[in-house]
Amino acid sequence: MSDDIYREIILDHYRNPRNKGKLSNADVSIHDNNPLCGDEIDIHLKVEEDKIKDIKFEGRGCAISQASASMLTEMIMGKSLNTVKDLTKEDILENIGLINLGPARIKCALLSLKVLKLGMIKYYADKDPPSAMKLSDDTKLY
Amino acid sequence: MQKATLNVSRIRQDFPILKRKIKGNKTLVYLDNAATTQKPIPVINAICNYYMNYNSNIHRAVYQLAEEATLEYEKTREKIAKFINAHSTDEIIFTRNATEAINLVSYSWARTNVEKDEKVVLTEIEHHSNIVPWQILTQEKGAKLEYVGIDDKGYLNIEEYKKYIQRDKVKLVSVSHMSNVLGTIMPVKEIIKMAHQKSIPVLIDGAQSVPHMPVDVRDIDCDFLAFSAHKMLGPTGVGVLYVKREILNEMPPFIGGGDMIREVHKYDTRYNDLPYKFEGGTPNIADVIAFGAAIDYLNKIGMDKVREHEMDVTNYAINAIHDLKGIIIYGPSDVNNRGGVVSFNIGDIHPHDLATIMNDHGIAIRSGHHCAQVLMERLDVAATSRASFYIYNTKEEVDAFINALDEARRLFRI
Ligand SMILES: Cc1ncc(COP(=O)(O)O)c(C=O)c1O
Repeated sequence: MSDDIYREIILDHYRNPRNKGKLSNADVSIHDNNPLCGDEIDIHLKVEEDKIKDIKFEGRGCAISQASASMLTEMIMGKSLNTVKDLTKEDILENIGLINLGPARIKCALLSLKVLKLGMIKYYADKDPPSAMKLSDDTKLY
Repeated sequence: MQKATLNVSRIRQDFPILKRKIKGNKTLVYLDNAATTQKPIPVINAICNYYMNYNSNIHRAVYQLAEEATLEYEKTREKIAKFINAHSTDEIIFTRNATEAINLVSYSWARTNVEKDEKVVLTEIEHHSNIVPWQILTQEKGAKLEYVGIDDKGYLNIEEYKKYIQRDKVKLVSVSHMSNVLGTIMPVKEIIKMAHQKSIPVLIDGAQSVPHMPVDVRDIDCDFLAFSAHKMLGPTGVGVLYVKREILNEMPPFIGGGDMIREVHKYDTRYNDLPYKFEGGTPNIADVIAFGAAIDYLNKIGMDKVREHEMDVTNYAINAIHDLKGIIIYGPSDVNNRGGVVSFNIGDIHPHDLATIMNDHGIAIRSGHHCAQVLMERLDVAATSRASFYIYNTKEEVDAFINALDEARRLFRI
């Protein structure tokens, strides 16, 4: 029910997003949207030694999509790309505390992860990923 | 405005879906009628009856089933011709929906008539289905698209319209009779008169007007009229294109195949008479027949009454939300100039979030760009929420909608 979805923390990230903005020295920037509802997310990544040195996002859309993006940036700041690449739909839903989101809104919650995965594919398109890292080009999350 | 015009509780009994529960125990409040309407029992029964008792292909076979099916199918055509006051059934072409009807005009009429550097004039309120076909056409022909603007309340400036029409090389004017976002009712009669003074034909997108108010093609004198059955109690998969006889006579076929021919030889074909020439292949027989039942249902109520009822409910809704903190209502505030479509935004609640909260209360409203992104850009919003009404909606349902809106404001602390 909506009381569970629109909790204080979701509204807080919606209204005061963390790590929002541009990144002037980004190594990779990527954009995507949900064609059905028009939610938009851009993610900018600064990578150093296969770790996320800095991340910023821009976007517009519903509370779920924007809060999810904001919370994702906090979750992965400083993490190695090797761990980030394995993030699943469940990880994201847990991170935002909405494990029972219905099919109509799950796309909103997962848009930022999809953009992040596209960003990693783009980043490694012209370099060798670390030897232990197997990058899937499947960004289908739902 | 206090007249008890429709017996709404009687009408509601004909719509089984209105008894449905959502989220466990909430009675459905269906306020997305601009997208599609619910279907009354006679329409549902007509579909069943066809498949159970006289399912067969039309127009060719000589056995009894096929005769019955053909007769019923053609009866719908007669009902539609009467409903919009066309001169003859020859002017009524069945398509899949309003979108296909508009595409039929662009692929058949416009493709043979619009040439390089000529213009098709639209407005900023158009639905994507009255934009994209013209982009495809004008790109193919090296022709041009022009958009007449609207003001902040959603009204057209008729003087500006006139200027567009009076410029050289305008080949077609295409305009929505009623906006599916703002509800604005366009002054189509005036527009058509202006265009005809320059011998320019006019296509009316009647997807939102024909279901909700009386539309008389001889009175407004349009050349083409497109609309969809599913937005007026009928099934999905049926649309109508009305074309004035003298224009239809000159139009090349749209889709080639069976049913649209007289005789076929190896290298050439003689096409069928009007309107069959434009209906290639086996049509959507069951749903066309059921659309006839929908027209009967609307006729029994009377389109004047439909319009009156919607004005009453819309007025009630607009007055109820008008003074809420942070609300923006798009479109005309005078219900005389608008249909039963109310688009709005409230505070920083995104329309998708609002629709989710509404759904908890069993209320179905629409959120998004409503297939009108050109208009959204003009209004400078990414999305709006939209409640749209029909014959079965009540003021109590509007109250339920307001309660849910209060709940959303509480959750978002607005
Ligand atoms: C104004 C308008 N035109 C055209 C259409 C297209 O109707 P359909 O999808 O049935 O072809 C719609 C439907 O949303 C509409 O509102």
